[in-house]
This record gives sequence, structure tokens and C-alpha cells, in this order.
Amino acid sequence: MAAIADPPALPARADDARSLTVAFIVMVALLVVAPFVVYPVFLMQALCFALFACAFNLLVGYVGLLSFGHALFFGWASYLCAHAAKRWGLPPEAAVLFGTAGGAVLGLAAGFLAIRRQGIYFAMITLALAQMMYFVALRAPFTGGEDGIQDVPRGRLFGIFDLSHEMTMYVFILIMVLAGFLFTYRVINSPFGEVLKAIRENEPRAVSLGYRTDRYKLVAFVLSATLAGLAGALKALVFQLASLTDVYWTMSGEVVLMTLVGGLGTIFGPVVGAFLIVAMETYLAQLGQWVLVIQGAIFVFCVLAFRRGIVGELAALLRVKL
Amino acid sequence: MFDIFGIPSQALFGQLLIGLINGSFYALLSLGLAVIFGMLNVINFTHGAQYMMGAFAAYLLLQYLGLNYWEALVIVPLLVGASGILVERLFLQYVRKLDHVYGLILTFGLALVIEGLFRNYFGSSGEPYQVPDALQGGHNLGFMFLPNYRAWVIGFSLVVCLVTWFAIERTRFGSYLRAATENPTLVRAFGINVPRMVTLTYGFGVGLAALAGVMAAPIYNVSPQMGSEVIIVVFAVVVIGGMGSILGAIVTGFGLGIIEGLTKVFFPEASSTVIFVVMAIVLLIRPAGLFGRLG
Amino acid sequence: MRAAASLAFALAALMTTVAHAQNPIPVKIGVLTDMSSLYAADTGPGSVSAAELAIHDFDPAAHNMKVDLVSADHQNKPDVGVSIARQWYDVDHVDMIVDVPNSAVALAVSDVTREKNKVFLVSGAASSDLTGPKCTPNTIHWTYDTWMLAHGTGRSIVKTGGKTWFFITADYAFGHALERDTTAVVEANGGKVLGHVFVPLNTQDFSSFLLQAQASKAQIIGLANAGGDTINSIKQGAEFGITKGGQHFAGLLVFIPDVQALGLQAAQGLIDTEPFYWDMNAGTRAWTKRWQVKQPGKFPSEIQAGVYSATLHYLKAVAALKSAADGKAVVAEMKKIPTDDPLFGKGYVRADGRTIHPAYLFQVKSPAESKYPGDDYILKATIPANEAFRPMSQDNCPLVNASK
Repeated sequence: MAAIADPPALPARADDARSLTVAFIVMVALLVVAPFVVYPVFLMQALCFALFACAFNLLVGYVGLLSFGHALFFGWASYLCAHAAKRWGLPPEAAVLFGTAGGAVLGLAAGFLAIRRQGIYFAMITLALAQMMYFVALRAPFTGGEDGIQDVPRGRLFGIFDLSHEMTMYVFILIMVLAGFLFTYRVINSPFGEVLKAIRENEPRAVSLGYRTDRYKLVAFVLSATLAGLAGALKALVFQLASLTDVYWTMSGEVVLMTLVGGLGTIFGPVVGAFLIVAMETYLAQLGQWVLVIQGAIFVFCVLAFRRGIVGELAALLRVKL
Repeated sequence: MFDIFGIPSQALFGQLLIGLINGSFYALLSLGLAVIFGMLNVINFTHGAQYMMGAFAAYLLLQYLGLNYWEALVIVPLLVGASGILVERLFLQYVRKLDHVYGLILTFGLALVIEGLFRNYFGSSGEPYQVPDALQGGHNLGFMFLPNYRAWVIGFSLVVCLVTWFAIERTRFGSYLRAATENPTLVRAFGINVPRMVTLTYGFGVGLAALAGVMAAPIYNVSPQMGSEVIIVVFAVVVIGGMGSILGAIVTGFGLGIIEGLTKVFFPEASSTVIFVVMAIVLLIRPAGLFGRLG
Repeated sequence: MRAAASLAFALAALMTTVAHAQNPIPVKIGVLTDMSSLYAADTGPGSVSAAELAIHDFDPAAHNMKVDLVSADHQNKPDVGVSIARQWYDVDHVDMIVDVPNSAVALAVSDVTREKNKVFLVSGAASSDLTGPKCTPNTIHWTYDTWMLAHGTGRSIVKTGGKTWFFITADYAFGHALERDTTAVVEANGGKVLGHVFVPLNTQDFSSFLLQAQASKAQIIGLANAGGDTINSIKQGAEFGITKGGQHFAGLLVFIPDVQALGLQAAQGLIDTEPFYWDMNAGTRAWTKRWQVKQPGKFPSEIQAGVYSATLHYLKAVAALKSAADGKAVVAEMKKIPTDDPLFGKGYVRADGRTIHPAYLFQVKSPAESKYPGDDYILKATIPANEAFRPMSQDNCPLVNASK
């Protein structure tokens, strides 16, 4: 059926590839120049959130599942990475790998429970599971409760690159985040990704075509959790800290905001949204409570008049895919 | 006295009663949420903020106009309900036809705005509100000391819940409401102004939240964050009861209050999480909630 | 030719000295605090006003200094606190961070401060680890700590007959530490702890925990929590007739804004240890009056007073060194010169970073005893400076061991 619907859209595909390539080159160029102009720690934070939002977008934008518990994977991977680096003295690459693997395992467990339901119930189950694990993080001895795991060593990457150097760290984070970004792009545009979109559009039809949609959804959930885990693990190294903030439900809300502002189901939207929201929180911090009001107003505005998000609107305006 | 699992029955009864008191607030709040969801298909994240507005309105009426608790109990739900009507006209009516998710995000944003504004003007340490004179003191029930005010909270919220349930499930007006939820076009054809009905329903749900706020004011400190602290729990209650089910919201509200009370006896550290565990279990066994129907 | 050259050289030298005199020593102070959440009334904007007063009283122009002040809200999250601190040190050229309520945030900021060799003056946080195992050459702990609270309040209550205790404890590091320290004091003085209950931070309803405390029949219900949690426990305790039943609350960490929020009716009789009370003497009253210009209708907490005192002392040390650049050197200087201000009197900073001054045991007045707004405390006892804080021998602070 997809084959019948597709041909008229085919000519546009070459344009899509071109617009995406151009946008990608622009993004990489900006990110290479940025640390010479902007504070690198801010950039690294934004990059970690960009990857987190991309992971989240993979699920909501391409499978149509809104998770309200993604902080679970982000925060727990952050704890596991920090623990491995600090208490076991693992080198950074191994610590990040350990945290990411933790995200994957948690994703498998949570996904197994959650993907049986759709829509608002899916959101609520993920929220419930995340809150449960928040409770575990609060009580478990190794997480340090409200203190978190502090003073995490960044260490030497592969024993060679000293990550305590801010620029070296930035390059490491940039490469990892870009790798994650390209990976999500690859997934979305693979045959597997096409099945995911088919499930999003019409699950019963996908089932009737013989796809075991539950398996597809579970794999997508685990991939999303793994990437969220990678983002969380990297963040633990950037700030040398893993804390409760990253497992609390407000973090799950924040990633929704980032993705929504940038554009649900767009390739670059989550990145743009993450940079915008992190910048707002950083540079408006002195406004105190007004940040809350502004954030809320952005939510309202986006839903009422800006549902496609910044990148979505831009893409519609330029008539290209972004 | 005898022991149950090593806990004196005395303490157990006390905790159960307290669970019932907390359950009253859960029930009132989730009732409003259920009414709104049933009619508007919107998950009202602003509910917590509207509950907080209710408490603040009672406080402000006392401070500036000298109106007491009993007057506030009548005036505040009307005032805050009216503000809800405004919210529905200005914002919500535009998202009703979209995916549920958008309503959730919109009301979440509104909740942030309201809470932020209140924090700006009132700070966050909270304002005190006295228990009304008529309900001062309490009675010794033998197994615990029950403050009169808490007894009033249980009784009054039960009455409000039952009246609401009756109005929606057993009256002509209620049947219009339910019909309009099922098929708005058809109900419109009978000459009933459906959009106005929807607006008023939202105002009513918000009024219930404000009523809960007034009742909460003498128990808790009146503070801007009191709503955001309770809203996630109330969400869970509504989901467990079955979205949009009036009876489900009431029964689950009181029931979960009791479960939470029991957890506080046996494993207090888990008291803030037990509701989510229950929710996950219920959803896995009965996806539509205890009283909901899969639509 | 040569004369001309040397003249030019002398001129240039003269010009640089003139320029030097015209360019005052820059100092930037950051107040990192809780602007919005449960500790905002005890710290927050009031701390900023206190720091402003300190700068004003120091008179930077007279010392050829230029002092800037910034402030931010850490939202009680260690990660937010750390990223603000890093940005302040890296980008905004902040030399010193002051206040930082919430021990978790303070410990994290202390690490960053050492890494960047700046100065960190804690007034808002309670954990005695800051001058214990986690002490650094860049951090000074002002005002109070968990050891002081446990010993001041705990000991005096046991000695006046409160032998059996039940703790309602905030379920995180600060609450656990406070309970642990107080338990040690109670038991050392012949008291007994009958039980405890851990309560999640920022809990709204304490009634079931209060019932457990009631059922324990302990004479004293120790509140190892702070801010809004303490307010709610006491308020609801009154409602459930706990105090009428003969049990008493021991608020281990109570500030005057909390008492104001509770009202004297509910708070009366509370025992409380603090190193500062606005109505102590003419000096504190005069200062409070000036502070109230910015914070009308409010009364300063010990933390806010500590921010003033710490900032003033810091500026004196910078003036003595004529530079704020080297954090370690400034802290060393602060340890060298004695502290002296109208709020805490004379004192000194110990090698482990602990500021030493007397502490006072207060009791909250009844509504009948209170004559005017803010007249909330009766002074019960003075704890001399050498007894108020943990002896350095019990610190486990690496700095102290290294110097031996």
C-alpha cells in the first residue's frame, strides 16, 4: 500500500536529501565555531539535552508514543555513569558505555510494561514507572539521595585525551552527540523506521500487513531509552555530578517542551528546541520566578499557534524537509 | 487492644481515618478532573493551580474583605469557576478537537504561568489560615484524637461528591451532558447549546478544585506550590479510576487515601510512591482503569 | 636623547601608577540562594539585601575597590547550583559565592570553588561536613551547622527533663545528619530515642507521622527538618492536640521567618538554638531597621545576618591583600584577621574554615508575652563560643591534619 502512495512524493526525495544535508552542514559548522564565542559548558549542556530530545522525538515523533517518563533513562544512566567513574574508577569511555547500557536495560524493562497501552495511558504508565524509579534513586545508598554523586572525575579518554580540559571535553561531547544524532536519522530512514511510521499512522493496518507491531514498538522504545541514557551519561561527565533533578518527572516535562518548541517529528527540531530552552533557562535565570511564567507562556503559545514548532514551521515555509 | 502485623490496632485505625481525610481531597480533585475529561476530552493539568487559587482566594478574602471561611466556601468556587470559564473561552476551546496530548501540554503551560505569578507576588513560604471557630477543637475517639475540622472535611466532601454524581448520572441535565459527550452534533440538533454546556462544565470542574482549595487552606499552609505537589497524585487517581468516570474518581480517591495511609504505617518511605505502583498494576490488568470503559 | 628617554620612561611609570589609582580593585560577589522554594523566606531576597548592606557599610570607594553584586536562584538542585557557580567563575568573573542554603547544593559548589580557586562562604547550609571530611582551603562555614543545632537544642532539652525522643526526619542527607547528631547528644546525656520516621522532603500532610509520634508516647518529638516542613509539622501537631497531650516539639532548625509564618499561637514554647536574633541588642536592632528598608515588614534570619557578616569580613580581607584573585590567599587572610561586626560580635575563623562565635538558646514567646511585631524569642541561655561548635579534634578535616 505504501508503494502506491509513494511515487508522487518521490521527486521530492532528492530535495529532502539536499535540504537535510545543507541543514546538517550548517549545524555542524555552527557547533564547531560556537565554543570560541559561547561558554563551552553551556554548549555541552545544550548538546546533551539535544541528544536527549532527539531520543525522545524518536518515540513521540515517529512511533506516536508520548512518554512522560523519559527522565528515568536519562537520570539513571547519569547515576550509573557517575558511579562507575567515581567509585570503580573506570575510564570515561567505559563509564559512558556502562551508563548507556543501563539505559538500554531499563528501557527494555519499562518498554515491556508500557508498550501494551497507547495514548494517554502510555504516558501515564511511563510516568508511574519513572516516579517509582525516582523513589528508588532517592532511597538507594549509592545515589547519595538529595546530595547526588558529586565530584565525578572526567578522567582520560582512552588513556590519552585529558577531559578535564574544557575544549577536549567539548570535542568528545560533540562527536558523541553527532553520532547519536546521525544514528537516529539512520533509524528513521531505514525500512524499520518506515514500519514505525506505519504504526504511528494506523496500527491495526500494520498488524493486518503481518507486522508484529509490539516488537517494533519495543525495539523503538529501547533505542530511545538507550540514546536518552547516552545523553544522561555524558551529562554526568560534563557537570561531574549526577543528581535527582535528572530523574524527577519535571525533567520528563522539560524534554517534552524542548521537542515541542523545536518541532515534533522533525529531524532538527529537538536540537533547536534544546538549545533554545537551555539558553532561556541559563540566561534568564536572574529573572527568578518569571522563568516559570515565560516557560508556561511558551507552552501555551506553541499549542495554540505553533504546533509544528520552529523547525516544522520553517520547513513548511521553505517547503522542504528538515 | 490487639495487634495487626505487629502494629497496634489503635494506630492502624487512626491511620485509616487519616487516609480517609486525604482521600477526601483526592476525591474532590479527581472528581473535577473526571468531569472535565468526560466533557471536554482535556486532561486539565491546571487543576492543581486552580486548587491553589481557591486556597489563596479564601486567604485574600479574609485579609482584605474580612469574609470568613463559610462565606469563602460559597464565594470562592464561583470566583475561581468564573476564571475557569475565561480560560476555557480563551484557550481550551481551540484544542478540544486535537489529540489529548495538546490539551495536556496547554494546561501544563497554564499551570506554570499561574504558579509563577503567585510565587512572584506571595513568595513561597506560605500564608497561615485559621480553622473556623465553630470547628475548633476535636473529639477523642478512643483510638485517636480527631480534630473537628478534619471530620467536617470528610463529611462535606462526601456530600459534594455524591451530589455531583447524582446530578450527572441521575438527572435530566446530567443526561444531556452525557449525551453531548457521546454525540455533540445530535444533541445540538435538539436545540441544546453544547458549547455553552461545555464551558459551564469546565467552570464547574474548576469550581470543585477551588472548593477543595478552600477546604485545604486551614489544614495546610496556603502556598503557591501546593497545587503542583498534589496534581501528579490526583492524575494517578483519575487514571486508576478510569478517565472520565465520575464514580471511579470518587471511589478511587477515597480508596487510595486509605492505601496511602496504610503504607505510612508499614513502610513510610514509600508513601509518596505507592499510588504510582498501584497505578502501574491496575493499568496492566485493566487498561481502562477500574471503572472505565475502553472507548 | 637619553634624558628624553628616561623622562618618557618616568612619565609612563607615573601614568601607570595614576591609572592604577584610578582603576580600583574589582571584586564581584555572587549570592547563590533559594529565591523561590521552601527556604526562600529564610534566605533568598533577604540574603541579597544583607549582602548589599555589607558592601555599603564596607564603603568600597574608601578602599579603592569596586564591588559588584549578582544573585541567582539554585532551586535547591545541586546541578543547577553547580552550573551557575561554574558560569559565574568562568564567564562572569565572580570572585566569591555566599549563602547557598541546602547542604547538597553547598557541598557541590564547594568542590567547584576549590577547583577554580575562588572563595565560598556558606551561611545557609547546615551540614557540618563542610568543615569536617569535606573541608577545603577555599570554603568558610558561617552562622551555624548540624553539630551546633544538635548540641545546643538537644542537650538543653534533655537536661530540662526531655528524656525520651521520637524523630520526624526529612528523608535526605541533612535530615539524617541532624537526627544522627542529635541522637548522639540525647544518648550521651542520659536520654533515650524511642523511634523515628523518615518523611519525604516537602511533604504537605504530616498527620499520619504525627500519629506515630503520638503513639510512641515519647516526651519530645524532634523535628529533624527545616523550612516549610517544620512549619507544617508544628501546625498540624497543634491541630491533633499533640502539645495538649503533654508531648513537646523540638524544632531542631527553626528560623524567625518560620515562627512568623506559624504564628506565636502555634509556635509558642519551641526551643531553638541560633547565633543571631534581631532583637538581641542596640546593634542588631539598628541593623535590622536598615535591612527592613529593603524587606519591609520582615525580620532577618540568622542566615541573612550571616551573609552580611561573612561578606563584610571577606571585603576586609580583600582590602588587606589588595586583590581578590587568589581564593586560597583570601581565605587564609580571613582566617588570620579576627571577625568583628555588630551582629555576631567578635570572633574568628578556625583553620578548618569554621567561624567561631557564641550561640544562644531561645524559647518562642506566647502571644501574651509578645509586645510588638517580631518580639518572638526569650533568651534562655548563652552557649559560649568555645562550646558552640564541634572541636577541631573531632572534625576529620584533612586541612587540620595536614597542618599538624
